[in-house]
Amino acid sequence: MSIDRREFIRIAGLTTFFGLGGKAAFELLTPGQLEAKMAQEAPKGTRWAMVVDMTKLDADTAKKCVAACHRIHNVPDLNNPVNPKEKVDPEDKVRWEIKWIWADHFHNAFPGFEQPYQQKLDHLPFLLLCNHCENPPCVRVCPTKATFRREDGIVMMDMHRCIGCRYCMAGCPFGARSFNWQDPRPFVKEVFPDYPTREKGVVEKCTFCVERVEKGLMPACVLESKGALLFGDLNSPKSNVRQVLQQSYSIRRKPHLGTNPQVYYIV
Amino acid sequence: MLENAFTGSKRYYLLLAVLGGMIAVGFVVYLYQLSFGLGITGLGRDVSWGFYIAQLTYLVGVAASGVMVVLPYYLHNYKAFGRITILGEFLAVAAVTMCLLFVIVDLGRPDRMLNIIKYPTPNSVLFWDMIVLNTYLILNIVIGWVVLESERNQVAPPKWVKPLIYLSIPWAPSIHTVTAFLYSGLPGRGYWLTAVMAPRFLSSAFAAGPSILILLALLVRKFTKFDPGKEQIQTLAKIVTYAILINVFFFFCEVFTVFYSQIPDHMLHFKYLFVGLDGKGQLVPIMWFSIVGMTITALLLVRPENRANEKTLAILCGMVVLTTYLDKGLGLMTGGFVPNPLERVVEYWPTIPEALITMGVYGIGLLILTVLYKVAVSVKEEIKS
Amino acid sequence: MKKDVKNEFGVFGERPRVEKKLFHAKYIFGGLAVFLVLLLLPVLPNLGKAVPPPQPSLDTAAIQKLKGKDKQCVADTVWMRSYHMQLLGDWREAVVRDGKREVVGLGGKKFNPSLSNTCMECHSNKSQFCDQCHNYVAVTPNCWGCHLEKEKKVTKAEAK
Repeated sequence: MSIDRREFIRIAGLTTFFGLGGKAAFELLTPGQLEAKMAQEAPKGTRWAMVVDMTKLDADTAKKCVAACHRIHNVPDLNNPVNPKEKVDPEDKVRWEIKWIWADHFHNAFPGFEQPYQQKLDHLPFLLLCNHCENPPCVRVCPTKATFRREDGIVMMDMHRCIGCRYCMAGCPFGARSFNWQDPRPFVKEVFPDYPTREKGVVEKCTFCVERVEKGLMPACVLESKGALLFGDLNSPKSNVRQVLQQSYSIRRKPHLGTNPQVYYIV
Repeated sequence: MLENAFTGSKRYYLLLAVLGGMIAVGFVVYLYQLSFGLGITGLGRDVSWGFYIAQLTYLVGVAASGVMVVLPYYLHNYKAFGRITILGEFLAVAAVTMCLLFVIVDLGRPDRMLNIIKYPTPNSVLFWDMIVLNTYLILNIVIGWVVLESERNQVAPPKWVKPLIYLSIPWAPSIHTVTAFLYSGLPGRGYWLTAVMAPRFLSSAFAAGPSILILLALLVRKFTKFDPGKEQIQTLAKIVTYAILINVFFFFCEVFTVFYSQIPDHMLHFKYLFVGLDGKGQLVPIMWFSIVGMTITALLLVRPENRANEKTLAILCGMVVLTTYLDKGLGLMTGGFVPNPLERVVEYWPTIPEALITMGVYGIGLLILTVLYKVAVSVKEEIKS
Repeated sequence: MKKDVKNEFGVFGERPRVEKKLFHAKYIFGGLAVFLVLLLLPVLPNLGKAVPPPQPSLDTAAIQKLKGKDKQCVADTVWMRSYHMQLLGDWREAVVRDGKREVVGLGGKKFNPSLSNTCMECHSNKSQFCDQCHNYVAVTPNCWGCHLEKEKKVTKAEAK
């Protein structure tokens, strides 16, 4: 099909007119939308995260962090029943264990990252806890929103609403959640009075010490860690976590799953 | 029509009594579970879903298979199935009721069950599962009852029941797809994170459900005056054959993808199930029995003579039910949770209280099935005379 | 006496005389008697006895320490008596789901919305306060399965 000069100019003019008009129409209907989408979305508000500096963490300190967390949250200890006669079988201890934070080996914490020729990481006590992911699968699957993600990034648990379906436990790729298979109170020897216990039939996990963070305090594990654990606001450029993450390379657990975990490990 | 359930032979009353006993035992043990907690089961932090949810998964498939009798009759005018659509629908009612009961006995806080309705969460597959299962239950109760009653009164069923029947046809595969989606959308569980989960569920459902229906039809023929029909059973057998072949094929597809790609964390689950991992492998013989048995049964079903002989057909259907139950029940559950996200092997086996509660729920389902089948068969016998 | 009646076939005629008889009379009256007994079972053992009305006590060390205008609860007594459960429900949503850990109560006073840490701080005598009315109306609020009562601990401290 041949086209003469007049025809060409006519077509070019019409296309330009409609093209510009199209954008104008878009602007009229949704002003600023196009520009807004193009610009980088600047993060607003607080975004809590934790950095675990494995170069500064030793096994004893790790144990103390775990003990501190479990103490102030009345997490039951199956090795220490209130009534010493009510002992729990070792098999049941494995099944019924409740842990909000715990220490584990590198190849369990980061499966698939094993590097057989290194020895540095083999005996380090990696502190594992809920990663308070930005894209949490546990929140996605909870049928009652008993677990939900707050604006400030903390993935919270509402013990009042949980129906104990344990879908969140199936959904968590990090094994961070525990369920109360029985009444926990017979295994809470030293009751911390300012925090409730839980009842049988609900799921629980680390909440980044939200009751402390809201008062401006640091989480218990961070205070106990002698500087190995850092907790702060990733959205604030001057925060300790942001500085540390900019200076050192850090790894996160199972990043390829896209859950965007907010606990970073410096190795 | 329900009055037919209150009269019957001594054998009928004996069956009701046995089922009542099962239910009573299960109920008492459930009270114990309510007072102690779910710790009476073999579940734990690492394998947090087990026997109860395994039954739910399997029975949803059995329930969905009702569509396999309804679809040929209502969509393609396969008149022969007109005799047995009611058996399929009532089987679906019993199966879905058991599914819902298994969800309830598995909940840690059943007193808060209504929270799913009070705080609807459309992004959760469990929310949709609750909706589709309950709707399917109501659909089948209404359709089955109305069509049966019309048949008894020798009139055509009312017009409004037709759209419900047409709705139940896509609804049946959807209840099982939604149940499959419970598993196949979880990023942390490699054994379940496969696109073929929903198709696998459907293929095993369409093999197991019609197999159960065949066995029930043979029982009905033996113990009552109603004969579901030789042609009907043979057509069902053809459906079972195709479905079980497809199911076996899907399994081999899974095995190929996992082991040809050699991705470690996908292989680990299959290794645990079929050869053991870290020295632990209590499911190995069960899984081999399931897969090898399923394959051999499928191949045997291909031969028309094996299907035509109703004795061998019954044995093969029993094998289909058993092998799919093992694969889709404990195999599916345990495979998903073992090894755990930290690549540790923690094994799971149901406890006796767990089995007794399960038995109680099966008692309720079988009671519903017995009562509904008694009504259906009485009506059919009444029409004949 | 013949009665002109219409039976179900629409035909006028004499209503047939049927001797009225109650079948299974033994079972019916027996069952009714059992039902009546079961119905009255909660009442029968307590017939004639009167339970004294509840007397919730405000006699705790924490409340004694409050002086003058401070000696008041989060809201006034009459309102609290009817609505304390609703208040706790609102507080629960505020703390757990909205992250609000400060509420304003009566007289503009700020409170930390917590059952164990605020309410029970003043009303540490649960058995003489909360349980008085709850037992009277046979209510068992299930808060205490998780939330700590703190009664023994506080009274021990007071004894010291």
